[in-house]
Amino acid sequence: MSQAPFGRRLLRVTSTDELGAYRVLRVADPHGPKPRAGQFAMLAAAEHWGGGREQRPYLPRAFSIARHSGGEAHFLLEDVGPGTKRLCELEAGDRLWALGPLGRGFTAPPEDLRAILVGGGVGIAPLAILQDAIAAPVTVLLGFRDRAHAQGATLLDSARVATDDGSVGHRGLVTELLASEIERDPCAVVYACGPAGMLEGVRALCARTGTPAQLALEAGMACGFGACFGCAVPRRGGGYLRVCLDGPVFDAGELERIDEHAGLSEVGQPV
Amino acid sequence: MSIRFCGLELAHPIINGSGTFDAIAAFRVFGEGLRGAFPFAAYVSKTITLEPRAGNPPPRLWEAPAGLINSIGLPNKGLGDYLLEDLPLLADMSTDPSGAGDSQAVPLITNVMGSNAEEISRLLEACDERPEISAIELNVSCPNVHTGLDIGADPRQLEQVVRAVRGRTGKPLIVKLTPNTADVALCARAAQEGGADAVSLINTLRAMALAPNPLSRPPRPWLGGVTGGLSGPAVRAVALAQVAAVAARVAIPVIGMGGVQSAAHARELIDVGATLVAVGTASFLDPAAGARIAAALHAGTAP
Repeated sequence: MSQAPFGRRLLRVTSTDELGAYRVLRVADPHGPKPRAGQFAMLAAAEHWGGGREQRPYLPRAFSIARHSGGEAHFLLEDVGPGTKRLCELEAGDRLWALGPLGRGFTAPPEDLRAILVGGGVGIAPLAILQDAIAAPVTVLLGFRDRAHAQGATLLDSARVATDDGSVGHRGLVTELLASEIERDPCAVVYACGPAGMLEGVRALCARTGTPAQLALEAGMACGFGACFGCAVPRRGGGYLRVCLDGPVFDAGELERIDEHAGLSEVGQPV
Repeated sequence: MSIRFCGLELAHPIINGSGTFDAIAAFRVFGEGLRGAFPFAAYVSKTITLEPRAGNPPPRLWEAPAGLINSIGLPNKGLGDYLLEDLPLLADMSTDPSGAGDSQAVPLITNVMGSNAEEISRLLEACDERPEISAIELNVSCPNVHTGLDIGADPRQLEQVVRAVRGRTGKPLIVKLTPNTADVALCARAAQEGGADAVSLINTLRAMALAPNPLSRPPRPWLGGVTGGLSGPAVRAVALAQVAAVAARVAIPVIGMGGVQSAAHARELIDVGATLVAVGTASFLDPAAGARIAAALHAGTAP
């Protein structure tokens, strides 16, 4: 696991690109350690962080590292609240605070198993760096709300897409594509990241079919390094796990049912 | 700029607020980068209870205007496992305040909470036996099971409890006052009369958030624990008033905290009478915030 330097560091935005409903933020991080697929960073704009509507945002926000190459970290953003909105406004040359890489990443697939990457919405981000890290061909299944969001699929290679409205690819849930893939060839290991409902669907399906699965969770968190205990999710067998420290990637068997509160990136609801 | 506090020699006046920095987790995350750059002159543990606690059901956080409401519920592994597993790890921490490689051990302050004098006595006795612990902080924001009032919110009850447990340890005893009371200075006096060696404040202000519509109709509390505690810049002016009021009424040292983000904020609490200043929520934004504030305080510069 890559260890983060102690303390947040001031980094410079090198470019921002629109990708359908998303933005891809590229940040120069020449001295940062190379992250492992599935790790994340806490981000906050250096200027005008706070003082927006309701005096928010205040806390930094957690983002999967979507890609890391040439001393640049890439992040996939969607404006869903005051923190993500401010980060989406950043332009090349702007500065931001970053802490990371943080958390426990994905574990590489065993050689005899095919990796199936299942992503939903902005949760496709850690699957891109995972695809970069796995040498063997992988199956990529991505689900989106509509056509604008489905443009995010170009972040990965050879993705099959499902949309809620049927405007691109399969009309319906990405978990339906996953079910037929597992049925066709059950010798697979699943890597998933997305909204709570999708992850719960993946968890339940993989439990039923005995398919090993690693799930990358999101949770509203204040710190990202185990200090605040805010990002708790129920542990199978009782108690709680910290998404930031014990995850964000979990073996599906470690988790209880994934509830609606997982997947909130804005520390409470966006205003 | 070393500081004497209750017989301890601290490298600088900045410590952490209980429950805002998990040093064991931080060493897992930051490794050697944290060793030798430990941001606090003393380390306060999260609250330890006799029995293990899982904590409150999520959601546990709500971002408030310039602040944070948390409803964590004091998760901890219980006194037995804390003493067995955590304390030896914590005792191994060191800091290098000068940056010249002359590291020194970080004094450990263990924060404990019990629901009555008997529970608190058992906690203090167990801590008293451990040489790794330099001082004990008593969290009195625990409801009395009979009255429902926080022990620390009622000056008479607080004085009785502190007096009843005082003799169980020879280590310095710090009472962490609750701000959710009619007169915090009266409570501070009561803690002093009961035998406390120091008081610390402010704890978080009781607060609530409603789940926004249309997610929830009719509206219901957002936090799994229903109410939580407000911290961050939003509470700093309240903290300044309460620390000033307490420092004017007690002879024992005061640890001030509440919304401190910078050396200027720490300086204000010291100016109104605090001996030490704790950094809490600011560490969530940057784990090195305490070190930055201590360095700027030392240099006499603003940030």
